[in-house]
Amino acid sequence: MKVPLSTIAHARSGDKGDTVNIGIIAYRAEDYPALVREVTAERVKAHFGDLCKGEVIRYELPNLGALNFLLHEALGGGGTLSLRVDAQGKTFSAALLRLEVQT
Amino acid sequence: MIRIANGQGFWGDWLEAPVRLVEDGPIDYLALDYLAEITMSIVQKQKQADANLGYARDFPPLMGRLAARIRERGVKVVANAGGVNPVACAREVRRLAPHLRVAIVEGDDVFARIDHLIANGHAMANMETGEPLAAIRSRILSANAYIGAFPVAEALATGADVVIAGRCTDTALTLAPMIHAFGWREDQWDLLAAGTIAGHIIECGAQCTGGNCQVDWKSIPDFANIGYPIVEAQPDGTFVVTKHQGTGGRVTCDVVKEQLLYELGDPKNYITPDCVADFTTIQLAADGADRVRVSGIRGAPRPAMLKVSISYDWGYKAIGTLVYSWPDALEKARAADGIVRERLQRLGLHFEEIYTEYFGVNACHGTAAAVVADPAEVQLRIGVRGTDRKSVDRFTRELVPLVLNGPPTATGFGDGRPPVREVVAYWPALLAREEIRTRVEVVE
Repeated sequence: MKVPLSTIAHARSGDKGDTVNIGIIAYRAEDYPALVREVTAERVKAHFGDLCKGEVIRYELPNLGALNFLLHEALGGGGTLSLRVDAQGKTFSAALLRLEVQT
Repeated sequence: MIRIANGQGFWGDWLEAPVRLVEDGPIDYLALDYLAEITMSIVQKQKQADANLGYARDFPPLMGRLAARIRERGVKVVANAGGVNPVACAREVRRLAPHLRVAIVEGDDVFARIDHLIANGHAMANMETGEPLAAIRSRILSANAYIGAFPVAEALATGADVVIAGRCTDTALTLAPMIHAFGWREDQWDLLAAGTIAGHIIECGAQCTGGNCQVDWKSIPDFANIGYPIVEAQPDGTFVVTKHQGTGGRVTCDVVKEQLLYELGDPKNYITPDCVADFTTIQLAADGADRVRVSGIRGAPRPAMLKVSISYDWGYKAIGTLVYSWPDALEKARAADGIVRERLQRLGLHFEEIYTEYFGVNACHGTAAAVVADPAEVQLRIGVRGTDRKSVDRFTRELVPLVLNGPPTATGFGDGRPPVREVVAYWPALLAREEIRTRVEVVE
């Protein structure tokens, strides 16, 4: 069944320079394999389109049922240089939860 | 067991939070984190204007307000409120709270030594771009090494009621009381990693007690009365995250997980001056209402290099907005953007970047956002940045005229033209640990 990622996971995002990090966390431990299978770095890169100009790297935290993504060159220069309303990437977490995943 | 609370996640966080933490229940240490990456440049500019400034100015009045109660309850305060002038900060605390014993930690500020360090082969290249620091030498405003928890623990050992540091890491404010109370040594990497992760969890204040939390946020009780976090730390490195009884918010494993992932890089290599913490070893367990037990944490030896936070003058930016109403709000805003860009080009103005967002349509989520059909209104938001102040200033004159000479139904121009802002940029670099010598001083 295809569902939005928000039905099986929650998320938080933050910034470090021009890089956004997005942590996504499975609500239930049994859904963690679906996160690992469905939410790949390639899909995340495609999902954000023009917003992320650099590389996307994924890390796994099975102990927390979580994945951590680093989206490089995603804040228009980052910090004080950014001209974006979301200059700190606070809403990238919710944006990723729009992604459709197969459960 | 010791209780360490965090009452300030950044300079500008809720003023009542530290007072509530002291008033509403037992704590032993109150950690207050005032410094974001860019804060050092702000305080440096304040110090250049007045040699008695250059620190977090909210802090001394807070100490004045809390002085009697923290003495009575034996609460020790640990804060990185010193900015680039811990001595001046300490003197102001002593003026407003004469009975408090105050100690400061110095040695993080390397601004005055930049030329000496470069001459001695410390390139301090930008960690993101690889450029050597010499490229921006004349524009540097501040330079501070991140120092760890041991100098802060040393300051606590003087018996001070209040410890004021400059650019120590956010996590050191939580780890230092554990080192002081439990006698942890510099090579006990697992324990230091545990204290560091405790610090990571509480350093953003209410973000681990229900603030900014996506898990069933509508059911989180009493945001208006949200409790700030408390760590109950044990000498073996295990700890419980909680908050005072009777306060709002929520502490569950899901809430703590969100904060663990916040601003995280490689989870196996969370690098601090004290140790390298491994987030993939963390075990969480519910421990009753609003209590989460944390255990299992492993760490690795500290790095040979310390991170240095350098700020420098970059240039200028301005961001202007106009609102277009239905019908065709988005088309009107797009047309207006095109007109502004064409006029800027005809004026021969050049910018490092011109960036346009359509607020209400795609400003936050870009192309990931769902399409909104014929919205009631759209805010056009155009920003420019560049190194030439005159060009940025000229841009600020180009939005309001569109109300009369562009697409119809433009409004929201009541504040006139937008201000030109100076942009101070951030330059992260590495420096050999041996170059940083900290010292602790009791301020009488």
